[in-house]
Amino acid sequence: MSTASLRQPTSSPSPAGRRPTLTRNQKPKWLVPVIAVAAVVVGAALAALVGFSTALWAVLAAVVFLVAAPVAVSAVEGRRKGADSLMTYLVYAAFVLAVIPLISVIWTVLANGVPGLNSNLLLTSMNGVTGATDNAAAAGDGPVLGGAYHAIVGTVSITFWATLMSVPIGLLTAIYLVEYSKGGWLGKSITFFVDVMTGIPSIVAGLFAAALFGLLLGPSARFGFVAAVALTVLMIPTVVKNTEEMLKIVPNELREAAYALGVRKWRTILKVVIPTAISGIASGVTLAIARVIGETAPLLVTAGFATAINWNSFSGWMTTLPTFIYYQILTPTSPTNPDPSQQRAWAAALILILIVMLLNLLARLVARAFAPKAAGR
Amino acid sequence: MSTTLTTQESSALAEDAAAGGRAGDSVFAGFSLGAGILILASLAAVALFLFLEALPTFQASAEEITGGAGFWSYIWPMVIGTVIAALIAIVIATPIGVLVALYISHYAPPRIAKPVGYVIDLLAAIPSVIYGAWGTTVLAAALVPFYAWLTANLGFIPLFSGPASQTGKTMLTVGIVLAIMILPIITAMSREIFIQTPKLHEEAALALGATRWEMIRMTVLPFARPGIISSVMLALGRALGETMAVALVLSGGPLTASLVQSGNQTIAAEIALNFPEAYGLRLSELIAAGLILFLITLVVNMIARAIIARYKEFSGAN
Repeated sequence: MSTASLRQPTSSPSPAGRRPTLTRNQKPKWLVPVIAVAAVVVGAALAALVGFSTALWAVLAAVVFLVAAPVAVSAVEGRRKGADSLMTYLVYAAFVLAVIPLISVIWTVLANGVPGLNSNLLLTSMNGVTGATDNAAAAGDGPVLGGAYHAIVGTVSITFWATLMSVPIGLLTAIYLVEYSKGGWLGKSITFFVDVMTGIPSIVAGLFAAALFGLLLGPSARFGFVAAVALTVLMIPTVVKNTEEMLKIVPNELREAAYALGVRKWRTILKVVIPTAISGIASGVTLAIARVIGETAPLLVTAGFATAINWNSFSGWMTTLPTFIYYQILTPTSPTNPDPSQQRAWAAALILILIVMLLNLLARLVARAFAPKAAGR
Repeated sequence: MSTTLTTQESSALAEDAAAGGRAGDSVFAGFSLGAGILILASLAAVALFLFLEALPTFQASAEEITGGAGFWSYIWPMVIGTVIAALIAIVIATPIGVLVALYISHYAPPRIAKPVGYVIDLLAAIPSVIYGAWGTTVLAAALVPFYAWLTANLGFIPLFSGPASQTGKTMLTVGIVLAIMILPIITAMSREIFIQTPKLHEEAALALGATRWEMIRMTVLPFARPGIISSVMLALGRALGETMAVALVLSGGPLTASLVQSGNQTIAAEIALNFPEAYGLRLSELIAAGLILFLITLVVNMIARAIIARYKEFSGAN
């Protein structure tokens, strides 16, 4: 991406000593900054007329600037330069607009989550924590009891089963697509339907697992493994797509060299192709885990809701971090004093975000650590 | 499966007897093929099991269905609500997403573009329940004065007719939260395609004296148009199926035209809110609703994929 080569020569400030004819029809350097300052002032005045607030001020100032600056530029440099500057400012404005919610989300989670982050949250479950306990805590008669330990246990075990099922299936499918189906109709239709599967709404995946186990075991079959099946449906396409991309970039020369030495195809795949691509595959799997670990909707319909610790994925209801957050916010433990529940929810949200970020970071580190060069091949 | 492979793996290459090797080949090929077919089968199973569990609803008489007027009049308002929420999100997110992608690919200095791209990817990784929690506690409250202003000044448009919700938990808030959630999808995909624009086209345009925007309009956008369309379709698919943000943010109700009052409901949120307590026919009703949602998103995604596939054939990039 050579942005430098795209920058137009005319927009760079002319060096001192140039003949003035070359800078004719160019906006003076002070023009845009002056318009920016004026826009802030005018924005403040307009905001004061309507009823002052910081957000309104910022919006009005931005609008005034986005109108005034291109008009001024086109008056000096012509209509084409005016349109160019309008788009430039719009692009910057869009970027700022897109970053604001991200900062707001992160700030909200940090500000609300950090106070609730304590050993209670990490090491105790909600077993025995009732509205009365929360009322007492809100009245100042004791600490906020109860935590998310059972939810962390649920998240870990359900994600474990989902990974255990989806990684082999996803890996083998990607191997079939890249190494075996040489553009055959089966390969093409698998690729197409894997793409379509990427778009399955997560709640539909949950309903599928619920319907499947409902037919097999009766309508109220809800336990951790059902949720793991739902997450597997969501995880497989990600694993297949990532692995496929990685296997595709393994140079054909490596395979041909192996074949030339008389190595069988399956050994070539296991000993040459996969080790070369392992960094990308591992980071792809990590990203897939990061994606499903935050899923909420499929768990609502498959795993039920528990307040006690349950390590067994094959019987009994389970709670995961996302469903814990959801229920703590939507139906506080004590309806009259939702604050303790809110505190637990935000602290759990902070833990969840930290896990997801760590997994993303881990994916990058894994990609770097297992890079083919370092493997000595 | 793994045991067969590891024992065969451990034998040295030279001792790889022809028969054993051949067996390994066919076993490995068989497993790969099996996994691929399993994926096709599981997608078929999703449709099949949803249909089987939904069957009682389609056979039930109209009075037994929630609302008492049959399944279609039960599901219809929610289909509309789902489409409205997704459309608001698309209308907001498409221009911003494409402009941010342009910022990363053509405007920002490379030193800034890379971290910004990473941050956008992180935005996509934040779980939806956290966006929902943020939307219901922070955004909804912040939008209340804006909605009051909208009803006061634009109330004559049915979309903004008052009285505005006092909590801000309305369809428009849902649309904005969804827009924030799908923005990274549009940005990430558009950026990938913007970067692939042939450098020679761009430089030719600049050499002919085009300004940066003219260069983008003449070379980058025509090249990337199919990619932008398909990224928007994929984002639409995501917005249609999004559950948690809607379930947490919207205070739902019957279908209303106004976007700034509480009311309306989406299919996904209806399922999430009612499934845990449902049994019998109600359970089947909700699964039928899920089947409808599955079909809608399936169509949207297939159109998007078809555009991408068509685009790949004609693209100059490969």
